[in-house]
Amino acid sequence: MLAYILRRLLYAIPILIGVNLLTFALFFVVNTPDDMARLQLGAKHVTPEAIARWKVEHGYDKPLLLNAQATGSARFTDTIFFRHSASMFAFKFGKGDDGRDIANEIRTRMGPSLAIALPVFVIGLMANITFALLMVFFRSTYLDLWGVVLCVVLMSISGLFYIIAGQYFIAKLWNLLPISGYAGGIDGFKFILLPVLVSVAAGLGSGARWYRTIFLEEIGKDYVRTARAKGLSEARVLFRHVLKNGMIPILTGAVVVLPLLFMGSLITESFFGIPGLGSYTIDAIQAQDFAVVRAMVFLGSFLYIAGLILTDISYSWVDPRVRLQ
Amino acid sequence: MVRIGAILSKLGLLAIGLSLLAGCTDNWNNPYPGSDARANVLYSAFSERPKHLDPARSYSSNEVEFTGQIYEPPLQYHFLKRPYTLIPLTAEAVPRPWYVDAAGKTLADDAPSSAIAESVYEIRIHPGIRYQPHPAFARDEAGRYFYHAMDAAAVGGKTRISDFRHTGTRELVAADYVYQIKRLANPRLSSPIFGLMSEHIVGLKALGDALEKASRAHPDAELNLNDFPLAGAEVVDRYTYRIHIKGKYPQFIYWLAMPFFAPVPWEADVFYAQPGMADRNLTLDWQPVGTGPYYLSENDPNRRMVLKKNPYYHGETYPVDGDAADRQAGLLADAGKPLPFVDEAVFSLEKETIPYWSKFLQGYYDSSGISSDSFDQAIQFSSGGAPQLTDSMRGKDIHLITTVAASIWYVGFNMLDPVVGGLGEDRRKLRQAISIAFDYDEFISIFLNGRGIPAQGPIPPGLFGYVDGVAGLNPYVYENRGGRIVRRSIEVAKQLLAEAGYPNGRNARTGAPLVLYFDTMASGPDAKSRLDWMKKQLDKLNVQLVVRGTDYNRFQDKMRKGNAQLFEWGWNADYPDPENFFFLLYGPNRKVASGGENAANYDNPEFNRLFERMKDMDNGPERQRVIDAMLDIVRRDAPWIFAYYPKSFGLTHGWVHNVKPNLMANNTLKYRRIDPGLRATRRKEWNRPVLWPIVLLFAVLAAAIAPAVIAWRRHERKVA
Repeated sequence: MLAYILRRLLYAIPILIGVNLLTFALFFVVNTPDDMARLQLGAKHVTPEAIARWKVEHGYDKPLLLNAQATGSARFTDTIFFRHSASMFAFKFGKGDDGRDIANEIRTRMGPSLAIALPVFVIGLMANITFALLMVFFRSTYLDLWGVVLCVVLMSISGLFYIIAGQYFIAKLWNLLPISGYAGGIDGFKFILLPVLVSVAAGLGSGARWYRTIFLEEIGKDYVRTARAKGLSEARVLFRHVLKNGMIPILTGAVVVLPLLFMGSLITESFFGIPGLGSYTIDAIQAQDFAVVRAMVFLGSFLYIAGLILTDISYSWVDPRVRLQ
Repeated sequence: MVRIGAILSKLGLLAIGLSLLAGCTDNWNNPYPGSDARANVLYSAFSERPKHLDPARSYSSNEVEFTGQIYEPPLQYHFLKRPYTLIPLTAEAVPRPWYVDAAGKTLADDAPSSAIAESVYEIRIHPGIRYQPHPAFARDEAGRYFYHAMDAAAVGGKTRISDFRHTGTRELVAADYVYQIKRLANPRLSSPIFGLMSEHIVGLKALGDALEKASRAHPDAELNLNDFPLAGAEVVDRYTYRIHIKGKYPQFIYWLAMPFFAPVPWEADVFYAQPGMADRNLTLDWQPVGTGPYYLSENDPNRRMVLKKNPYYHGETYPVDGDAADRQAGLLADAGKPLPFVDEAVFSLEKETIPYWSKFLQGYYDSSGISSDSFDQAIQFSSGGAPQLTDSMRGKDIHLITTVAASIWYVGFNMLDPVVGGLGEDRRKLRQAISIAFDYDEFISIFLNGRGIPAQGPIPPGLFGYVDGVAGLNPYVYENRGGRIVRRSIEVAKQLLAEAGYPNGRNARTGAPLVLYFDTMASGPDAKSRLDWMKKQLDKLNVQLVVRGTDYNRFQDKMRKGNAQLFEWGWNADYPDPENFFFLLYGPNRKVASGGENAANYDNPEFNRLFERMKDMDNGPERQRVIDAMLDIVRRDAPWIFAYYPKSFGLTHGWVHNVKPNLMANNTLKYRRIDPGLRATRRKEWNRPVLWPIVLLFAVLAAAIAPAVIAWRRHERKVA
């Protein structure tokens, strides 16, 4: 398995280079270093000299990908792409164009993002599985029918509606929780409750329906019939046998998103005033802060690859028939 | 039945328990610690995190909202007086410049501008002013600085200023002001006003060049500004310094009221330049060091920023001068009392308007703007068209504060464009016709909820040169009808269009329809309705308007290259002088030719001549006459459609006192007073938890689960 993981990690290197190159190309198709300077320097009294100075200070006075003036390897290394991208592979993100340390920013914002994303993931997963198993247990009855109807209704409502409705009823009308805000430690509990509740409710419909499909497929299999024939209770059949065998597709969806939980959620964090990573990339795109954009895209790609590797590992853990070679 | 009874009794107990909890504790939805309920703390919000807090760099309103309270330039604006009046802050008096000729001989105050080689501003500051507590000043008993020779290991583990055990202070001296002027030229700081100031301050450009050269030669070394001389800023004695300005630039005095000219202690630069500091965001751009009434005690712009009262503040008293309206509004109730009133100000990041508005209504923010979503809930218009609060707002003792911003929005014609540009009579008439057709009275009513005043010229109300009422109307677009300002009829516009060579919107020679192009960055559903409205305005003249949507970068590019035809733009005043608006139309400032702020590329020699005269004049009847002549020229030439002066509406709770909009001052937090007791009472009253939904939720859950449990048991028994 170790060889497999190492091989996958090596595969990741060209992928990350490609992602970097693509991000770089897309960013500089839309923005020029002059545009970036102008946005950083503000809308008033910006002179061409000030723009030139800013570019020199921030290393954007070089050619983008190829330095025709240079010789040897400097033709490739003395460029904006190399100077701003090579250090990322050592996880040195450098500073944003506003002068802030990006690694520091990521470290600071990661905690609040996880404080929301982790409970939403765990509670959401449990709620979805429980609801799905209940529907499977009562399959072909009115409870299953209305459960599916409820799922479809929940799925059909926009995520933003859950947030606005949750804030309106729970925080504004009934005054039960703060409408937005964040605090570290135990004080943060009251701020986390509402976004977690809203996010779990928003994901319940689609999650439960998907898991229901998985479990229904499993429940028709021979081993389930055998288990019942042995006289096992339905609860035991469902939770001991069906759930375990239904774990592979569940893991596919769940484990792959696990590392991405660090990246937070843009809308939830924005509406609930959570100082997480969710809005960091979007703010950077709006501010044309290439340093932050490339760092966040790199981190996102890396975490996604990590998630895929973890998924493969979890397959072998859940299903002994799967071997990683 | 027994089981249902048990469930009901448990629900009852739950309800009782929740009620007791609600009665015993602080408001459940309180986003602040309960212990702060009666603290003298002002609560506000910001929607966009500030990028820079270094006074050499901060320029945006969301940045000076903080730096204005922390840093003290030599001058400030009087809180109450209108028109805006400069008064001393750390200076002993508002300086009056003296003039010298090229030979260094002092000239009379009324010397012609052409004879003046330099204006010299001598500023004497009050002795005894001290900086906020900061580790950069901390010294041991032998007088050695605690934290001026640290290595990265010593800095390790310190992420906030409060992590440094020792702090100190020192007296403010004139050299700190000179040091900051030098910082404007530091290429590593990229000060937004360096380009402008290098045209005015003697030697600043040369200093910038020298620093740039040194920076390139030693990219990793810190630049010690004390090693670089600046001819235009000199320390006269411990408390006095002089600034030398090229020629005559009377508007320079206003810059002395901005944080750009606030003092920065050299110790701060040395402190923050140490290895490992920047990696922890310990920089002057992030952790300011000033002499103002407040210092930044907590800086987490992703969540909240906290200003605390500076324990070393030199002290100031609330103004005693104000007019009758100020007295009537209770703005003189605190006259002569020591400032600041508020101990702490907490600014929370609130990106979305819905939670901001809801928290304001719950009493968790002391003041709020009014977004379009909540406008109808807050404001209604009287039969006379005056805005007033709705009954629900009045019932909460909320107050409405309105003011006309020192800003203008306009639609510009690119004067280089072959169709709409140029100073020929036909083009002039075409622009006048279009100016009449764009009914901005209607625009203000539809899109701004009445939050604007139709503009009659480039100068907004409140500034010298603005003439109120019918005497100040733009006669090419409006007319005086019985003392009322009324837009000229569309028939007049059609006549002008015909005289311009486009009868009924068609080229008189070719018969081709007149098609105009409007470049805009606006997009989305809101923008669509505005753009449709614009098309509709030109439909009245049978002229087609093609909207060319573009992003910010491309729009700026088009403007720089002069590729736009019609465009929308705005300007906020830097200072309360008509020069700051007329310079937007001054020929040598043309964007295409010189990269200046004259986006319309307007260049009328007569206007330019009058501008050069007006900018150096003192306010008075003579200057007003010149301004009137300039206004007449730009109104006739119509390089802009003068759209509107925006009006801002703000709300404050009844416990907030001393609120008077001051569009020029950025240090008004020190005047704000709150009544924390009243606020605590109102919050308690407005935020009682409503518990029945929780009980109902449990009841519904129980009702939903019960049949499932019953069915489950039946199923299990059947299987057994």
